[in-house]
Amino acid sequence: MNAYSIPNPNGPSRILSFDAEKCVGCNKCVNVCPCDVMIPNPKPGREPIVLFTEECWFCGGCVEECPFGALTLVTPAKQRVSTVWKRKATGEEFRVGMKNPLPPNTKPPSGNR
Amino acid sequence: MNWHEYVAETGEIPAWPYPLEYGNEKVIESDVLVIGGGVAGCRAAIAALKRGATVAVADRGFSKRSGEGGAGVDHWHGAVTNPCSKITPERYSEAAMETTQGYTNGLARYIIGKEGYDTLLEVEQMGVQIRDEDDEFKGSIFRDDETKLMFAYDLENKHCLRIYGYNIKPAVDKEMRRLGADVYDRVCITSLLTEGGRQGARVIGATGVSDRTGLFYIFKARAVVVSSGRTVRLWSFAPEYTESQSMCNINQTAMGHTIGWRAGAELIMMEQVVPHRLSGMGYAPYSTGNNNNTYQGAPTVDKNGKEVHYATAFGELVYDEKDIFMPSEEGSFVIGHGIALDHGQMPKYKITVTDPKLGEKLRSGEYEQPFYTDFTLLSEQSRRLIFGMMLSNEGKCRVPVYKTLTAWGYDPDQDMLQYPVADYGPQGLIDSSWAGAGQTPAKWKMGGGGFLTDWRLMTSLPGLFAAGCGPLPSQGCHGESHTAGRYAGRQAAVFALKHEAVEPDPEQIAKEKARVLGPVQRGGDVSWKEMNAAVARLMQDYCGDYKTEYTLDMGIRRMKDLMETEGERMYASNPHELARAIESLSLAELGIAYMQAAKARKASCPVLGFFRNDYPDSPEEWHCFVAVCQKDGEVQSRKVPCDYYLQEPYSPVLEENYRKYAELD
Repeated sequence: MNAYSIPNPNGPSRILSFDAEKCVGCNKCVNVCPCDVMIPNPKPGREPIVLFTEECWFCGGCVEECPFGALTLVTPAKQRVSTVWKRKATGEEFRVGMKNPLPPNTKPPSGNR
Repeated sequence: MNWHEYVAETGEIPAWPYPLEYGNEKVIESDVLVIGGGVAGCRAAIAALKRGATVAVADRGFSKRSGEGGAGVDHWHGAVTNPCSKITPERYSEAAMETTQGYTNGLARYIIGKEGYDTLLEVEQMGVQIRDEDDEFKGSIFRDDETKLMFAYDLENKHCLRIYGYNIKPAVDKEMRRLGADVYDRVCITSLLTEGGRQGARVIGATGVSDRTGLFYIFKARAVVVSSGRTVRLWSFAPEYTESQSMCNINQTAMGHTIGWRAGAELIMMEQVVPHRLSGMGYAPYSTGNNNNTYQGAPTVDKNGKEVHYATAFGELVYDEKDIFMPSEEGSFVIGHGIALDHGQMPKYKITVTDPKLGEKLRSGEYEQPFYTDFTLLSEQSRRLIFGMMLSNEGKCRVPVYKTLTAWGYDPDQDMLQYPVADYGPQGLIDSSWAGAGQTPAKWKMGGGGFLTDWRLMTSLPGLFAAGCGPLPSQGCHGESHTAGRYAGRQAAVFALKHEAVEPDPEQIAKEKARVLGPVQRGGDVSWKEMNAAVARLMQDYCGDYKTEYTLDMGIRRMKDLMETEGERMYASNPHELARAIESLSLAELGIAYMQAAKARKASCPVLGFFRNDYPDSPEEWHCFVAVCQKDGEVQSRKVPCDYYLQEPYSPVLEENYRKYAELD
């Protein structure tokens, strides 16, 4: 194992999750980001590097821009623990990021485009 | 992949991926320059292009998604000329003035009333859905079955629409580029160029720096539209903690205010204290249980399933869904949230809110926390309208909230979304619980001020036009920014085609270039973040809840000292940091403008939330705007009547002024 001398992370470490199988390194997400938080990977075809994590405002524009569905927005842990719900019939409590995830609710948003 | 993963995988620090162009210049000439490619800027560019002007747009981010409105919208305010509306532009503007005792932008509100709906119809032409075309909500009380328009806030007067705006920014961006706008993304504008380099003279361009390459831009233009954002980094700065929690992003530094102040423009309403928008202790907008704005009409229940009812502004509980969306007083109408008209709002214009006795009932044990938003109490159609339609289209909600919640299995048909547990106090759950109202005291932040404009939305500097909820005083919402942008762009084009181009002063450019490149050329030991945090500390200390002439002067002095000392020791490791450093420096300058505005009003003003410890009274002679500006480096201020746009040299009749100045085809 290697250890590196690097500065502390700035807030949340993982704000975006890339599916390496789907990502082709097109960098469309890099270029659409209003805050310019990513840079292209020096290795062509690889997923971008998220550099300025604390400058992300979690708008999700990059997720919508990705033609391959390779990107997921990962809300910070402090946000995940605050987005909590209770199933009315059973009283069970759930949250974003829960240990044993529920099946997704696949109902699409309203609207036709 | 994150930076540390890359380093661990390769053992290498990634080199800066873009060419370094520190010191290089690029000159761009156009009839109209638009500063800030948010929704207001895009609409200004489109309008100017349609009037035959050539247009350059400088955007801090990437205009497809940039700006506060870049992430979507669900409400369209001020659509008072839609076929179902019972409100006239006159009534809309006059109500705004009445409810704020004149402390708003009656002029812009009239323009918005006149053109807001037409501006929306253009968006529909650009491919944005604004009607329930598929009849999903047929028969709903929120829908007009003939036009298929859907209404929010006020079902009697129908002047505010619900729209499917999640993709509105890509649509207006595409149209702007299709019409031939010359768009420069990733440019941090650093100054306005004025005729002869003089403060108070005609604006003839701007300078900027690229956050990717460090290239220095010189924009030359016959007219300039400033449509930049407001600020979220001035009173508090902790992005490591606050990243996800605000409706404003880190690019929003009110740079337009700062460069306008430096160029000598008159600013008004800068002293207004706007609560509840502090980035900090809140939650991702609309990600927790709440009953506000986008969620208006969503039922709230307590731990035991007991419903918390809505109430009129007069405290009368309402039980019927339709009554939640009715004016609190017969014959009046609901102004609605998010358009900077909440300050001192008169009850008759207020929307229904949570039972005002909730705090009391919580303490007596009648209710127990946690509270939940319980959509299951609604009809399937109304549930779908709030969660499936409004939430999925509202800014910063489609991916971060709708897609995230549903991906994790949240189902409004059977699940109750929990509110933050907090001291909801006497105000009940009024205002969005996600904004941290229960956690963050409403203090510190001023904002809401902007450029004093004439009927053309031209500022006190010839050739400089203002648009958007940053530069225009007392503006708030997405649709208003479109409408004012469209109007200002038209005006700028007319101005540009009537005025000759003027060559900027080389000395002004050279001086600015040296200032901007300072952090990379001389090096230093103060980072942009350290500088920003120091600015915020001074604002908290000297422009917070305690304000006197003496402490404001201290604050101004210390801010200048900070700029001249640590400001001269700032460093930047790459162009991205350089642009952030320039922003941090500009915030110090903006802080001085705010403190000068606070100093200039020698009275308190409750409706503006503005209190001076040394002038606790609010006498009638101070019932006016106070315009502040710099002339030859000295600060000047003057009183301006709140209805200046109906006084000499203007007509007392709104419509007459509009006809005279609106530059209709």
